[in-house]
Amino acid sequence: MSKDSVKDSAVDMELLGEILSAFGQVDSNDLIPILQKIQDSYGYLPRIVLMEFSKRTAIPASRIYGVATFYEQFHLEPHGRHTVRCCRGTACHVKGAVGIAEAIEKSLGIKDGETSKDMQFTFETVACLGTCALAPVMMVNGTYHGKMTPNHIQTIIESLKSSQGEG
Amino acid sequence: MDRLSSTSDFHAWHKQLMAELDNNIPLVMLCGGIGCKAMGSEDVHRAFVQAIDKLGLGDKVQLKLTGCHGFCEKGPVVVVLPDKFFYPGVKPENVEDILQQTVIGGKPIEDLQYIDPASGNKITYEQDVPFYAGQQRNVFRNNGKIDPVEIADYVQHEGYSAFVKVLQAHSPEEVVKIVTDSGLRGRGGGGFPTGLKWNFCRQTPSDQKYLICNADEGDPGAFMDRSILEGTPHAVLEGMLIAGYAIGAECGFIYVRTEYPLAVSNTKAALECVRQKGLLGENILGSGFSFEIEIREGAGAFVCGEETALIASIEGHRGMPKPRPPFPAVKGYMGKPTNINNVETFANIPLIMLKGSEWYNAIGTEKSKGTKIFALAGKVKNTGLVEVPMGITLREIIYDIGGGILDDREFKAAQLGGPSGGCIPAEHLDSEIDYDNVQQIGAIMGSGGLIVMDEDTCMVDVARYFLEFVQSESCGKCTPCRVGTKKMLQILQDICGGRAELKALDQLDQLAGNIKKGALCGLGQTAPNPVMSTLRHFHKEYTEHIEERKCSAGVCRELIGYSIDAVKCVGCGACLKACPSGAITGERKEPHVIDKVVCTKCGICNSVCKFDAVDVR
Ligand SMILES: Cc1cc2nc3c(=O)[nH]c(=O)nc-3n(C[C@H](O)[C@H](O)[C@H](O)COP(=O)(O)O)c2cc1C
Ligand code: FES
Repeated sequence: MSKDSVKDSAVDMELLGEILSAFGQVDSNDLIPILQKIQDSYGYLPRIVLMEFSKRTAIPASRIYGVATFYEQFHLEPHGRHTVRCCRGTACHVKGAVGIAEAIEKSLGIKDGETSKDMQFTFETVACLGTCALAPVMMVNGTYHGKMTPNHIQTIIESLKSSQGEG
Repeated sequence: MDRLSSTSDFHAWHKQLMAELDNNIPLVMLCGGIGCKAMGSEDVHRAFVQAIDKLGLGDKVQLKLTGCHGFCEKGPVVVVLPDKFFYPGVKPENVEDILQQTVIGGKPIEDLQYIDPASGNKITYEQDVPFYAGQQRNVFRNNGKIDPVEIADYVQHEGYSAFVKVLQAHSPEEVVKIVTDSGLRGRGGGGFPTGLKWNFCRQTPSDQKYLICNADEGDPGAFMDRSILEGTPHAVLEGMLIAGYAIGAECGFIYVRTEYPLAVSNTKAALECVRQKGLLGENILGSGFSFEIEIREGAGAFVCGEETALIASIEGHRGMPKPRPPFPAVKGYMGKPTNINNVETFANIPLIMLKGSEWYNAIGTEKSKGTKIFALAGKVKNTGLVEVPMGITLREIIYDIGGGILDDREFKAAQLGGPSGGCIPAEHLDSEIDYDNVQQIGAIMGSGGLIVMDEDTCMVDVARYFLEFVQSESCGKCTPCRVGTKKMLQILQDICGGRAELKALDQLDQLAGNIKKGALCGLGQTAPNPVMSTLRHFHKEYTEHIEERKCSAGVCRELIGYSIDAVKCVGCGACLKACPSGAITGERKEPHVIDKVVCTKCGICNSVCKFDAVDVR
């Protein structure tokens, strides 16, 4: 709880106000696009923002949480500075994606779905990155890396680590 | 010309654009599709812009960053018109040479040419590359040729001519009839006749109707919808306009995966262009027909590709399917008649309207018309997107277009149809591929994901992989799917782990039958397919896992062990460096050893060894 309240006080409610007013008369049909905007702005879906969202729009919190927990895109906890995604789709699977994911886990020291303690990295495996022709594929902060090998991964992740603190 | 307010405005604009078209200026078409981007096409684009400036070629060459050319494996791909010189794998440092020698000099650069792996020959022109020679690129005809967003470019390539022709010359009933006569079947998986579907929706009386374009593309291994939306979003918009007119809808949605940001932004930009031109909105070209399109981004749930779940998602709910009937054509979005089609289905419509149903009907097999785009991936040399006429054989796709199996290994199976599909074995390499034939051999056409598997792929592991996928994507609403797939997955895990008895196969069979019959939606009803098809065609692999506790493909970890052949090992250290678990030790130039206790059997050592020194038992 105490951890939450520290975070809560740092949350800027004005962003939510801007998002909601851009939608005008909020309709429950807009629930998913609004959650997407909230996540874009805050980086994740902070509990206190969702509760406020519910209060302002009279969409029940249970409905909001029902949707937020159903879809893979939404996360209720903040992500690290770098998000590393590894494809586990069919094309990647037959080309050794399991080993690629393990190599990433080893380099980052975290498992699928986890965020490193220093908030630098989040690692996720996803169903398909849609670049199956270049399998196995990984994605770092929105940039695709195709035809991955464990050696490539080490190089890419080492360079991310050494850029820590910069930018 | 600004906003167009009549069909004659459109024709005048079209005429003016055609007059401006200068085919004499060489055109450099650089692929900006996501595959080529991953291979560095943005850097190449920057280099072209700078070099054109530096060499003062501004008015002597046109440069276009186009949609996907399909040959993703060889990206970044460059084609230079008018001759269609073809260069794969272009790097920024090649750019000046291309401009000087090919664009200005009109000559090919030998060193940059594509080498056909089969013959070893260098190939000069795009159309002679075997990957393209066997294709019939109809839906893709403009992908790789035009600027994805720029409406003028699309109009110069017959764009929106079909829609304007429809407004001028056809009643909605006639449009439905043409689509019906063309024989087009839905490309989203089910293969339902499109004309028939439109007619259902058209016939349902209602004050309001909706149209939805399904761009959720959830099948892992398929990426053609992405490529169409990124490369020619206007073709999809035009198809939707024609469909809206035909069924009497005024409002459409494009439900696109949020994982496809370029598809989202190109489609948005294209929408803005058509709106500004007056081809979208109120009373389009003074015809009395009004239509609006809104983009909705899916939030990452495979089941939302299913039409009733997709509608629930657009309505702001959890993406859970509903029993059908009622079908969306009767009761869909907001309870109103709704027509849903796939991206590729819509992209076929303008062509059918332009060239007629007879033209379309002449392509393909008796019951499957037109072309189909396949996403060719896995253990095949040329990966990418291929558009071929229905009725082509797997052998032609994999060996003629795809160049054969990677490292010339033995073909084992082709997985078609994703998690709802099945694996086709070598004995069916020469069967004609169409909706009905594919179903007969135990797969489905699906969205066209085609994953090639070789002797190193374990078919039991593939079945386990798909069950894991559908089990985690099951929305949980109905018991047969929620519990049944979990039970099947457990059995498959046991087989892969060497813990199963032969009776497990009967259990799988029984569970599969029950899930098929009892599940609420297509996800559950088809979930057993990958298991059933591998059981049918690769029964021996299952019994080998169970009776001999052996995985010949060397994939199932609990049944294999890794060791290093001390004779073959030269001590290069590649495996030691790559091993994620630190299980390998050894001095340089001395044979290395794997510690079997630490080894997690990930197989990376085997994939990095250049001396074939890793033994998998
Ligand atoms: C689990 C499941 C996932 C599906 N995913 C997709 C998809 O990603 N894209 C798609 O177009 N159709 C998908 N479909 C099929 C749709 O329900 C629907 O039949 C299709 O969009 C209709 O378009 P068509 O007639 O043009 O094929 C899926 C069906 C099921 C059961
Ligand atoms: S299967 Fe990995 S990108 Fe599609």
